Amino acid sequence: MARITIDPFTRIEGHLRIDVEIEGGKVKDAWTSGTLFRGFEIILKGRDPRDAWHLTQRICGVCPTSHGHTSSMSMDDAFKVRPPDNGRIIRNIVEGCQFVHSHILWFYHLAALDYVDVVAALKAQPKEASLKKVQAKLKAFVESGQLGPFANGYWGHPAYKLPPDLNLLAVAHYLEALDMQAKAAQLSALFGGRMPMTMTSPPGGSTHVPTVDDMANYFFRIKELQDWINSVYVPDVLAIAPYYLNYAGVGKGHANFLAWGVFEDASFDPKKRLLPRGAIFADSFPKVQEAKPEDVTEHTSRSWYKGDKPLNPDIGETDPEYTGYDPDKKYTWAKAPRLKNKPMEVGALARMLVAYASGQPTAKKLIDNTLAAIGHAGKPQVLLGVVGRIAARALECKMVADSMPQWGLDIVENIKKGKAEVYTPYEIPDKAKGIGLWEAPRGALGHWLDVEGKKIKNYQCVVPTTWNVCPRDDKGVRGPIEEALVGTAVVNPEKPLEVLRVVHSFDPCLACTVHVIHPESNRIMEFKVS
Amino acid sequence: MGDREEISKQFLKAFEFQGIRRRDFLKFCGATAALLGLSESFIPKIAAAIEKASKRPPVVWLNFASDSGCTEALIKATYPNAADLVLDILSVDYNETIMAAAGKQAEEILQNSKKAGGYILIVEGGIPTKKGHGMIAGKEMLDILKEFSGPAAAILAVGSCATFGGVPSAKPNPSQIVGVTEALKKVGVKKAVVNLDLCPINVEYLVAVVVNYLLLGSLPELDSFGRPKMFYGQTIHENCERRANFDAGRFVETFGSKEEALGYCLYKMGCKGPMTYSACPKVMYNDRISWCVKSGGPCIGCAEHGWPDKFAGFYNRLPDVKLPGIQATADKIGAVAGAAAVVGIAAHAIATKSSGRGKGEKEGGKK
Repeated sequence: MARITIDPFTRIEGHLRIDVEIEGGKVKDAWTSGTLFRGFEIILKGRDPRDAWHLTQRICGVCPTSHGHTSSMSMDDAFKVRPPDNGRIIRNIVEGCQFVHSHILWFYHLAALDYVDVVAALKAQPKEASLKKVQAKLKAFVESGQLGPFANGYWGHPAYKLPPDLNLLAVAHYLEALDMQAKAAQLSALFGGRMPMTMTSPPGGSTHVPTVDDMANYFFRIKELQDWINSVYVPDVLAIAPYYLNYAGVGKGHANFLAWGVFEDASFDPKKRLLPRGAIFADSFPKVQEAKPEDVTEHTSRSWYKGDKPLNPDIGETDPEYTGYDPDKKYTWAKAPRLKNKPMEVGALARMLVAYASGQPTAKKLIDNTLAAIGHAGKPQVLLGVVGRIAARALECKMVADSMPQWGLDIVENIKKGKAEVYTPYEIPDKAKGIGLWEAPRGALGHWLDVEGKKIKNYQCVVPTTWNVCPRDDKGVRGPIEEALVGTAVVNPEKPLEVLRVVHSFDPCLACTVHVIHPESNRIMEFKVS
Repeated sequence: MGDREEISKQFLKAFEFQGIRRRDFLKFCGATAALLGLSESFIPKIAAAIEKASKRPPVVWLNFASDSGCTEALIKATYPNAADLVLDILSVDYNETIMAAAGKQAEEILQNSKKAGGYILIVEGGIPTKKGHGMIAGKEMLDILKEFSGPAAAILAVGSCATFGGVPSAKPNPSQIVGVTEALKKVGVKKAVVNLDLCPINVEYLVAVVVNYLLLGSLPELDSFGRPKMFYGQTIHENCERRANFDAGRFVETFGSKEEALGYCLYKMGCKGPMTYSACPKVMYNDRISWCVKSGGPCIGCAEHGWPDKFAGFYNRLPDVKLPGIQATADKIGAVAGAAAVVGIAAHAIATKSSGRGKGEKEGGKK
């Protein structure tokens, strides 16, 4: 039996350590460990609640907008204020750009190198001038002996299956995609001031009043992104997928799914969001059930905190205590959240499955067509695993980008009707509680806010990657990534490419993951913010 | 690395070597020269200096207690774009967010870089000094910084976390996070650090400093906080596109109001521009499409030493900013005598004067 540690686990956000035990060429057991602790919720205590939507964006530089929006939504809820329609739409647009940026970045720059052999692209025999140029550039790059970010990859590994021409095409699109994700961020900044770190979505709506210039800019820019997603990203996934169909069943995991839902509907009903709220449990797949925040508990028995009772975020306790890495006891800074005591997978696959099974028409059509195309019509269960996660992210990216031009038209239509407001003023109550439940590109995100004396008494975040990358709970049930790794074939433990594929398919973001939840007793809170 | 002239030649050669079109190259030189405050006559000099080269300048990018927002900012670069920057101009040998290698193979790269030395070390994120609160490959982040700062040719701390700790070091600083300068002091490494404050870094600042170094073989002139004066020498207020409205006493009182549509000043909404030193209004973000104040978001002061605690209560009006009173005061209670006097400006001026660093390093164009 071989035991391997992958640390640093790269091409993700943040600091992750993965340990796997391999027996008979397959992963027998796995442990995921978050190795950085920053303690955001401790920092938030006692502060002006309106600062929280800025500060929590710094939880994650890849999905700051989602944290900002979730935070502002927890305040919208606590302060009893609702954004005007154009304020709602601008938030959706800023969020939508972030989804598009994030999914492009994930596929081409974080995940693709697990499937695309960059060095093998040199063997391609391209006919197109543009590809010849890319190949010449790549050749010069490789011959320079300085491989930069491509150095020491698992090139030549037998699990790379693409023909040389497809490898080259993917390398060309890797470069193109760098520009496209930057363009998506530019569009986000058009309404949000900058990206990363949005400036315009405080509680009450948006501070940005769209101009004619903005809107003209918007339509052309979103069209460019939409065209690229439809003509490059989605076709690339479809072109690569047939070579990796043997991965369809790999990395399935627990197959419980949670989505709080994202992209607010005019009704503010979370079940009517473009990607709606709901949960799916393996034992009744794919039936969608209610997802309620009161069903969330967090376990700490295997994490570097004192105490080991599972608690709801409302009454959660935290006391960080590093005791060293011990897979049999405590081995991570991540806690273990559970919904109805079950470990839940979150992310694009969870959202698309919930949308599909809820009957969301666009999601239904996209998934039905995809299933039919691969010869599994009416069988969404074939999406459970690595390939399904890749496909779901591409389809979701398309769905969001295809929806976005209409959002721009909706803004214009509102302005025509004299409904140009973007912001609703409010008073901060002396005492209030609020919850924001939303989605980051990586999955379900929740912020719990408790205000007293117009200051933050308690602030809690349960974030996407905590769901996915969490350790075992008090019953010893593995977290979703740990479970997904079990059974994965690993050809060469020295080059565990297959492990990378499974973990990357969840798009982990560790900066989000590690956080603490405060005791009601408030005893960590000793400082005052001047 | 020592031979900085050689590096700059190598760097310049990289453009030709990698087949970047001359027009793009000149555009890049022009944009960079403008950022650096170089005269136009410098551009042909840059171009003419292209000679044979053997290596692209290596970069080791270490990510500690951060949210990777600065890596995100890096890959949002436009001139040069991320592909040019990461693959053609520099050799970004180590950056955990984008590198193909993982685990053991990634560690090997880092050790090879250390052996070769002479790399530009870019640090993102603060450094936890509490045991076990920040580990990579079983090592404390503080020890990693110590190990890799020695062989570096230059050290750049990018973003508020790397400079002075940033948001995760805000009170009560649960992981006792410090910035690079402070961390190096703790481990006894004496080395100059260029601090690029902002949350996240503006990639144009970063590119300009790197290019400045590669072309001129020197770091830019720094203030006492170790920040390049060319970017942190003036307040946002001084260059703000809404400044005329401040001077005229025209203020936004409610977000999204008709005053906002008219682009009035955001001071009363809590804008920290009068006390924040950064070139944001000039350089803007994301290919200069917008920036905080332009979009209607008051500055939160993220470029300042001591942020965010220094400005906690982002939407509270800054105290002690005297208003010009040409047409009205902030409170519409009559004219306030005197010109704009801002606390912080004086302190900053003193800090700049007392700076010992940057001396002997000439500003590019004048060289």
